[in-house]
Amino acid sequence: MADKDWFKSSDPIAWCRGCGNFGILNAWKEAFAGLGLRPEQILMVSGIGQAAKLPHYLRCNTFNGLHGRALPAASGAGIVNPGLVVIAEGGDGDGYAEGGNHFIHAMRRNVDMTYAVHDNQIYGLTKGQASPTSEESMVTGSTPRGNPLKPERPLALAVASDCSFVARGFAGEKDQLVDLMKKAVTNKGFSLLEILQPCVSFNKVNTFDWYRERVYDLAGEDHDPADRAAAFEKALEWGERIPTGVIYTSERETHAEYTGLDGREPLCGRPPREASSIEKLYPVFR
Amino acid sequence: MAGKGDQKIAGEVSVRIGGEAGQGMSLMSRLLGKTLLRRGFHVFINHDVMSRIRGGHNFSQVRFGSKPVLCPSGDVDIVVCLDSGTLRLYRDTPGALTIFDPAETEEVPEGHRFIAVPMSEIAEREGKNARMANTVASGALFHLIGLDIEGYIDILGEAFRDKGEDIIEANRKCARAGFEYAKENHEIVPPFEDSPREGSGRMLMTGSEAMALGALASDLRFFSAYPMSPATPIMEFLAARQGDFELVVEQAEDEISAINMALGASFAGARAMVATSGGGMALMVEGISLAGMTETPIVIIDCQRPGPATGLPTRTEQADLLFAVHCGHGEFARAVLAPATAEEAFYMVNRAHYLAEKYQIPVFLLGDQFLNDSSWTVEDLDLDRLKPARGGILEEGDAAARDPYTYKRYEDNVTGITPRLLPGTGNQVLYADSDEHTEEGHITESAEVRQAMVDKRLRRISTLQSELEGPSIYPDSDRKMYVLSWGSTLGAVEEAVELLRAEDIDIGYIHFREIYPVGRDLFSEEFLEDTVLISVEGNATGQLARLLRMEAGIEVNARIGRFDGRPFTAMELAESIREKRGEIHGG
Repeated sequence: MADKDWFKSSDPIAWCRGCGNFGILNAWKEAFAGLGLRPEQILMVSGIGQAAKLPHYLRCNTFNGLHGRALPAASGAGIVNPGLVVIAEGGDGDGYAEGGNHFIHAMRRNVDMTYAVHDNQIYGLTKGQASPTSEESMVTGSTPRGNPLKPERPLALAVASDCSFVARGFAGEKDQLVDLMKKAVTNKGFSLLEILQPCVSFNKVNTFDWYRERVYDLAGEDHDPADRAAAFEKALEWGERIPTGVIYTSERETHAEYTGLDGREPLCGRPPREASSIEKLYPVFR
Repeated sequence: MAGKGDQKIAGEVSVRIGGEAGQGMSLMSRLLGKTLLRRGFHVFINHDVMSRIRGGHNFSQVRFGSKPVLCPSGDVDIVVCLDSGTLRLYRDTPGALTIFDPAETEEVPEGHRFIAVPMSEIAEREGKNARMANTVASGALFHLIGLDIEGYIDILGEAFRDKGEDIIEANRKCARAGFEYAKENHEIVPPFEDSPREGSGRMLMTGSEAMALGALASDLRFFSAYPMSPATPIMEFLAARQGDFELVVEQAEDEISAINMALGASFAGARAMVATSGGGMALMVEGISLAGMTETPIVIIDCQRPGPATGLPTRTEQADLLFAVHCGHGEFARAVLAPATAEEAFYMVNRAHYLAEKYQIPVFLLGDQFLNDSSWTVEDLDLDRLKPARGGILEEGDAAARDPYTYKRYEDNVTGITPRLLPGTGNQVLYADSDEHTEEGHITESAEVRQAMVDKRLRRISTLQSELEGPSIYPDSDRKMYVLSWGSTLGAVEEAVELLRAEDIDIGYIHFREIYPVGRDLFSEEFLEDTVLISVEGNATGQLARLLRMEAGIEVNARIGRFDGRPFTAMELAESIREKRGEIHGG
């Protein structure tokens, strides 16, 4: 049996006390141990933000790249080495604002990977500006008269994009979160796992208590994740009640399947191609 | 009617095929070029294309002869007019034989250099399709250049193989009819007394094809790009061969994604490359800086076109040199290379991958629309010249022999270059980070670590610089005057210098390929003291000249720049050099 201590990192943690990220970090360790993984089998790719620091606090392969660009880098790595468990990790600003275009196209591309988005509805690293998921009229450093914009509904966008697996967890519900992480990782294709993550320093509205009063687990409801219309309805539900759990699943060909690489030796680990293999193309030029 | 003795053709011929976009000039030039290549000629084809799908005025120009040709001729010997607009443009050009369709124009020009061929009528009659007028024109052309039609008949069979026997036969009938019509109506003096008969190992390929082929020969496994002229043909060539050569070609949602995907693939251990033009490279810039910080090998092809912004999308320029040298925030090592021909491009892609991997840096390969879209005669490729595919990566056994989880991605050493670990190897993990980082790869704010890491990343520059090939100097280093050039201008520079030398002007050229990093020890003091340098560049501000002043303390005496979106031609360039020489000597 794998041990969650295998995934401990020596890097000192720089998050605020009481941050929702701690719950997510611990959940990952349990999920990895539960899946019987070893650190070298995992690649975590992140952008920039408080959430994007998470891979440093785990023992696993890490590519901590640019703000908003975790998904392209994770896709490139996952395509050439499907043997790795690839996880992209980031926050709502990183993924839904700076990386919004990549988010849409990564769901279409459907590389086998998991995208975990810590959604705290605020910018933490830059100390409190509105994010794409900030509530309308919320007062932040960049919206002193109240946020004039409607919040993005990323899960609805995911259902509209026919994302292979769409789920929502809550940093305050560890057991459910561990279960969703395992499901997201084992799903074949692009898995979106949105995690409600209270920011104790800069978001005084969407607190642990605020979420706790509202979240409910879809596992206890009569919800069929394969029903796209029902999933769309759940993805839009936000306010008095906020659904968590598996919202949508779609059987789709993965990148490895439609490129014919599935089951083949990974592109990254092969002996170099013989230069002379190009000679068969010479007749094109003669 | 063309009469005997009124052709100025000697040893080589330039044919310009003009028409509206969509009339098939490009394909026609390519089929003509291939036929000539098989007959043993050296062939060069360039295209002048407007940024539109239909209409306008485009041309393709085929220059061929028994000696190597590396640039277009300013002079045209034969003009093929596929539309009335082309005839209007060239009817007053002295000298050139002009093939036109009398049905296409109301004012049929008079004079023996105008050759009326009823192309549409013949195409309708022989091919049952007026669109085959260009094949009729090609047939007529073979008579005018004094070659038989059989080689072209073979080529038509190969070119239209996928379209079926009927289309092949119709095209062949059109070609023969055009040839026969010209033969009956126009007497010619064959331009080649001893036209070469034998084919060779030579190939005809565009700069883009050469780059793609070089990448396949260099174990490229991942290519990502967003379509952008003139780089798109590289993507299309590779995409068509994904299955055969087992690589992934990913069309990204934008160039930001393209470079970040390629960096992810390179980090994971696959040879990776992107190709774009200046505007796309501008979007990639943060990713290029990321490659510098994370020490991830990557090859970036920039097929330059005139900027700023969208500029002239289908035309050529050499104005991204300083952009490639400087792009990316912060300070990090890089190399900038620029091939002069398609043949050089083939080898240089390999060189770029070798340098990127050895030094764990971004390497830029600067093509341009002229280099990438033109078709060049390439001598038989010597694959032994290619560098072995991989290096600087920790083997599975070596990784496993270490204590578990002790690998440090940025462990410092005398070279500054740490052997890479690929994720998933041994009982090790690695952390790569865009933040300033410790040797382990974790985020740090330490002033000491910061200084040590900057030093580590920059230390490789001096080794890299000493490994780069210096400029080539022609004919030797004893001249008093040189042209300085880089990249695809070489063909025109070589030819212009030969023209001037034939006039007893003592001039040579110094041509740069592996341009950056460049050192202060490039030329000796004595050499620089009494040597006149004239830079020739396809840009307005003399970017190589500025780079040499900044990096090597070298001042050029005069600059010649072309920035109208068109390539240099030898005769025009020779004239510009004469003028500059006059100014320097006069002043």
